[in-house]
Amino acid sequence: MERSEIEAKLTDLLVDELGLERDKIASEAKFEEDLEVDSLGVVELLMAIEDNFDVKIPDEDAENITTVSEAVDIIVSKLG
Amino acid sequence: MLLEGKRLVITGVLTDGSIAWHTARVAQEQGAEVVLTGFGRGIRLTQRSAGRLPRPAEVIELDINDESHMDALVAHLREQWGAVDGALHAIAFAPDDALGGNFLTAPAESASTAFLTSAFSYKTLAAGLQPLMSEAGGGSLVTLDFDNSQAWPSYDWMGVAKSALQSVTRYLARDLGPDNIRVNAISAGPLGTVAAKSIPGFMQYNDVWAARAPLGWDTADPGPVANMACVLFSDLATMVTGEVIHVDGGVHAIAAGFGEDGAVH
Repeated sequence: MERSEIEAKLTDLLVDELGLERDKIASEAKFEEDLEVDSLGVVELLMAIEDNFDVKIPDEDAENITTVSEAVDIIVSKLG
Repeated sequence: MLLEGKRLVITGVLTDGSIAWHTARVAQEQGAEVVLTGFGRGIRLTQRSAGRLPRPAEVIELDINDESHMDALVAHLREQWGAVDGALHAIAFAPDDALGGNFLTAPAESASTAFLTSAFSYKTLAAGLQPLMSEAGGGSLVTLDFDNSQAWPSYDWMGVAKSALQSVTRYLARDLGPDNIRVNAISAGPLGTVAAKSIPGFMQYNDVWAARAPLGWDTADPGPVANMACVLFSDLATMVTGEVIHVDGGVHAIAAGFGEDGAVH
């Protein structure tokens, strides 16, 4: 899957499953500060990514995800 | 299989890293039917996590402090199963100002919230399910504890609530024994769950376990705790009640350990 494809799919997931506003989602948007996703929301985000992309994100990787673009990086690396 | 035909209610599943999720997993693997309960916004996580169990499991909303939720759960289970064989109580909450070094300044309402949600709620679940367990000829209740018989850094009013939970376990054992309902607690070592990470400083207890556990301790593996919960649900534990069973690698039995630096921990 191309990076742009992954980003588009992630954006859809953020809108459809986490209820975020599409207009606010940008590569450098921070989940907690810019998108107002709290700690429980971050956990849901990680599970949603795992379910939708069929990848497993270990805790040590999860800790490095603060922006949309970092989430895409992790998915890219897991999809290899 | 150990739990063939048992009908179990499992509260407290948030992610597939939750102790409760692993308990549901092992219970299904051992032949039990399980229903999960979820709370508030977290119920979306519970539903997602239910999908990762070996078999499908229904998710029912339960705010343990809302009487109408408990009544609805009991009515639903009565219709669905007619009887219940046991439940896992994995419910706890303390407001931020009752944790993390605020022991002397925490307001009474926050300490009270910690007690109600984390200790009194075991009574709520037990009393609610009592008629359905009586229908089954008896039952087994298990709660999740962190042993607070000594004071911990930062655990504060959550710790006091856990001490109360152990006491609630004994009183429930007294009052439900005549109905052949067993009531126990599992005192686990620290596990890196969403719940534990929300307690400031909690994961620093890992160092205590690393230095003191004769069996060692893996903070990433809730399996041993889940296994013991399923033993307690099973007919292999028929004369065990009012007990606090430590699944902690043996730390509770050891006064001090030596760290890699040779210092006492």
